[in-house]
Amino acid sequence: MTTSEPTMPPVHYLNCDYSIRSWLLTQDHKRIALLFLVSITVFFLLGSTYAGMIRTELLTPNGNVVSHQNYNKLFTMHGLIMIFFFLIPSIPTVLGNFLIPMMIGARDLAFPRLNLASWYVYTLGGIFTITAAVAGGVDTGWTFYTPYSSIYSHTNVTTMAVGVFITGFSSIFTGLNFIVTIHKMRAPGLTWFRLPLFVWAIYATSIIMVLGTPVIAITLAMVGLERVFHIGIFDPALGGDPLLFQHLFWFYSHPAVYIMILPSMGVVSELIACFSRNRIFGYKIVAFSSVAIAVVGFLVWGHHMFVSGQSAYAGLIFSFLSFLVAIPSAIKVFNWTATLYKGSISYDAPMLYALGFIGLFTIGGVTGLFLATLGMDVHVHDTYFVVAHFHYIMVGGAIMGYMGGLHFWWPKITGRLYPEQWARLAALVIFLGFNLTFFPQFILGYLGMPRRYHTYPAEFQVLNVMSSAGASILGVGYMLPLFYLLWSLRRGPIAGPNPWGAKGLEWLTPSPPPTENFEQTPVVTEEAYAYRPEENASG
Amino acid sequence: MLRHQFEDASQQRESAVLGMWVFLATEIMFFGGLFAAYTAYRYQYGAGFAAASHHLNMLLGAANTAVLLTSSLTMALAVHAAQVGKKPAHIAGLLVLTMLLGCAFLGIKAVEYHDKFVHHLVPGASFVWEGTLTRQAEMFYYLYFAMTGLHAIHMLAGVGVVLVVAILAARGRYTPQYHNPLEITGLYWHFVDIIWVFLFPLLYLIA
Repeated sequence: MTTSEPTMPPVHYLNCDYSIRSWLLTQDHKRIALLFLVSITVFFLLGSTYAGMIRTELLTPNGNVVSHQNYNKLFTMHGLIMIFFFLIPSIPTVLGNFLIPMMIGARDLAFPRLNLASWYVYTLGGIFTITAAVAGGVDTGWTFYTPYSSIYSHTNVTTMAVGVFITGFSSIFTGLNFIVTIHKMRAPGLTWFRLPLFVWAIYATSIIMVLGTPVIAITLAMVGLERVFHIGIFDPALGGDPLLFQHLFWFYSHPAVYIMILPSMGVVSELIACFSRNRIFGYKIVAFSSVAIAVVGFLVWGHHMFVSGQSAYAGLIFSFLSFLVAIPSAIKVFNWTATLYKGSISYDAPMLYALGFIGLFTIGGVTGLFLATLGMDVHVHDTYFVVAHFHYIMVGGAIMGYMGGLHFWWPKITGRLYPEQWARLAALVIFLGFNLTFFPQFILGYLGMPRRYHTYPAEFQVLNVMSSAGASILGVGYMLPLFYLLWSLRRGPIAGPNPWGAKGLEWLTPSPPPTENFEQTPVVTEEAYAYRPEENASG
Repeated sequence: MLRHQFEDASQQRESAVLGMWVFLATEIMFFGGLFAAYTAYRYQYGAGFAAASHHLNMLLGAANTAVLLTSSLTMALAVHAAQVGKKPAHIAGLLVLTMLLGCAFLGIKAVEYHDKFVHHLVPGASFVWEGTLTRQAEMFYYLYFAMTGLHAIHMLAGVGVVLVVAILAARGRYTPQYHNPLEITGLYWHFVDIIWVFLFPLLYLIA
């Protein structure tokens, strides 16, 4: 650490070439990460707008803002856009793209052109989605359940399915690239057990991406064929089996939950270690728990089908397997907590997000166990209890991790610091707004309010108004970073290479890094998170 | 030949090969959705599937299997020829042979498709089935066209890629030190071949 004022490097990946062409044809993983950052932010704002309209509608019991048809479209488009165009790509394509090569000491991903292709494929899928949205939206629910989606719905199902189908290949390309890169491009001395846990998490995520995504692709292709040519593979009237669709759909879409949450878990491991100045407690167990979640996550899809008419024995086994996934998830939570023990903790904004993640993910995870219990699930199935549960995982978990990571690595990405006080305020507003939005929904669901209805009995109004009020606070919380992060691009203080005093190869190079990342390929001689070398030496 | 992100040629080669294997894993899952649907309906509609399967031309299917297996042999020989440093014309010749065999497969497949079209065995409004179990037979033909159609698309892509690789081979681009594109094209070709080896008995040989 130098004592003089930090300075910007004269030439870095952002200012080496300013032309549009140098951005649109770039093969630099850092620039591609920024292309993704812009794209997914656009979709996040779009998806949030739908959410805002949903919460506005639910302010009153009578449904007097939009028609029930349009309400169906609102929650469908909200789900589709948030899941396929924001949550799934969010951390892998932005932070993963930017950080994986830097964390392993490589100049780039193994296949830079494939990486750029991934962004173009994503964009093409996004164009189909926006076309479907502008043409009037889709009303099937994000789950595309057949035969409604394949035969009866009069909305833009085909266009939307094509969009999701295409975007899936973006996931596959990115996951493939990460797997090969992590296997083959690690710097000398960087063994598997010296890797940052973020890399392990992205590796586990990539396995799900390459093995799960093709299944949803072929399934949506079959829905499209049934819709366009009336060939009944899922329609019972034509001899098909709608349960087959549900099996194939959830075979991907349950693991997709882990595509969303695992990268956040990786981010949180980095944040907890840095801001408590401790090595992650039980490093190897945490690393393997990511892989365990990826593997076991493929075997639990049937818990979405407890009331679908699948056999009771299948339900029993899926219930048991779903409980199993809780073990590696709980291991992570315990080990993060143990890492905090006797740490020198500082409460910078990224740490606030990380601590928020631990609390909210725990609530989301434990309510997941309620839902994995067969009898309990029959009671709360398709109610707001489920809605609250998965928002605690996806918003309270995945997005908290994404925001924490974005703040933590913002100085590395841009070379400038964000305003810390504003960021802490935003983190608190998001945490409060989130809980006010979604905690009442647990109660609503437990009391029996079904999801996907635009009207409800008057007795549920108080809790719904609380939820809508929380959503507006949450909206303010998300707008704050948009403003102060953009402000910091020009006005933020110069960060220097390592403003957090963090460990990890990405902090050894200037901020912003040069195009080739490192002047010399680094050689790794110590384990990850060696924050207190004296203790590690004695232990 | 060495791209900027790699340290040396062996790292580049290993990355290319691993990348192709991972891609093939995604392909298995992609086809896997159809194989899962086939398994579910074969279990439910065994009798209808057997009856419908008898209308497929087993002779043409067997001939196509032989054609495709031979093409895998010529592909393997082409990769081997590059590894041991044979002349460009030798490697390119084997690749052109592979490509022609691939085209022969697609030609025979087209004859079969035409035959099914003439006999109204294409699922949809024009499907005509003499006998009972019409729905079951239609499901069989739906899966037949979906599975062999997806396979044929992969064959078409393969023929295109082999053409490009053959042109590069003819220009002497591949040496014992560097032949990554040829090697991973070979992996892809064998994969598409193996898919057919599963499709043939599942579709043509139902008793």
